[in-house]
Amino acid sequence: MKSLRSPLGRVVGLGAAKEGVHHWWLQRLTSIALVPLAVWFAISILSLPSLDRVTVIAWMAQSWTALLLIVFVLVATYHSQLGVRVVVEDYVHNSGMKTLTLVILTFAHALLAVAGVFAILKVAFGGAA
Amino acid sequence: MWHPPRSTHLNTLRERPLSPHLSVYKMTRYTLATSIFNRITGVILSVGLIVLIYWLMAIASGARSYARAQEILSSGLFKLVYAGLLVAFCYHLVAGIRHLVWDTGRGLERAQAKRSAGVVVAVSIALILILGYFLFFAGARAS
Repeated sequence: MKSLRSPLGRVVGLGAAKEGVHHWWLQRLTSIALVPLAVWFAISILSLPSLDRVTVIAWMAQSWTALLLIVFVLVATYHSQLGVRVVVEDYVHNSGMKTLTLVILTFAHALLAVAGVFAILKVAFGGAA
Repeated sequence: MWHPPRSTHLNTLRERPLSPHLSVYKMTRYTLATSIFNRITGVILSVGLIVLIYWLMAIASGARSYARAQEILSSGLFKLVYAGLLVAFCYHLVAGIRHLVWDTGRGLERAQAKRSAGVVVAVSIALILILGYFLFFAGARAS
């Protein structure tokens, strides 16, 4: 059977959603990155001798800790944004409600990511001591 | 007579089937159970991000705000939250790795998928027990 797709459409390969596998691929990339990052974060938090402020700041102010924490926060919020977006697209069928929910969730995730990076940098540069 | 569509979205012009068709599946299927639980735990972890960022902001905001945050975060209610986040974290991590293996084209046969579903549940329970021991029982934690 002759394909209904135009030759250009086939080459570009973006499909009906006009973004191809972009969302799917970013979800996989962030998943792969999160495996070691999440394991590192869990082990680090659990192996802190205590969670009092001095101990946490001493841990967070180390360059490698701050760097990995920033990467973890950014990748985790991005992965979360990609994930909840699909959940909303699947379960919220009212088009206006869906758009509104997606807008709110996107803003919330951006805010979480920026707040997380800001807090880590502030501690890392000694602004919270 | 032709009426202009109320929505400009082509998809909503007709009543088309929308994913996921939850009602046509048997809810007891291990495939469905492992899949939907991966979603639920993912959403729980998204909420957990709020706790994480709140904690980070509290550290950055000074001693008094951290003391206030610690009071909230060490309450009995939050013990429940940590238990939920622990289960969600372990399951989502292990089930996510299973999805990444599937993406390479491996393990998609029915028998293999059934076996890996069992592996995912077993490994995540083991992980929950190990991490849960350190979270709740090893040493006297401040929060």
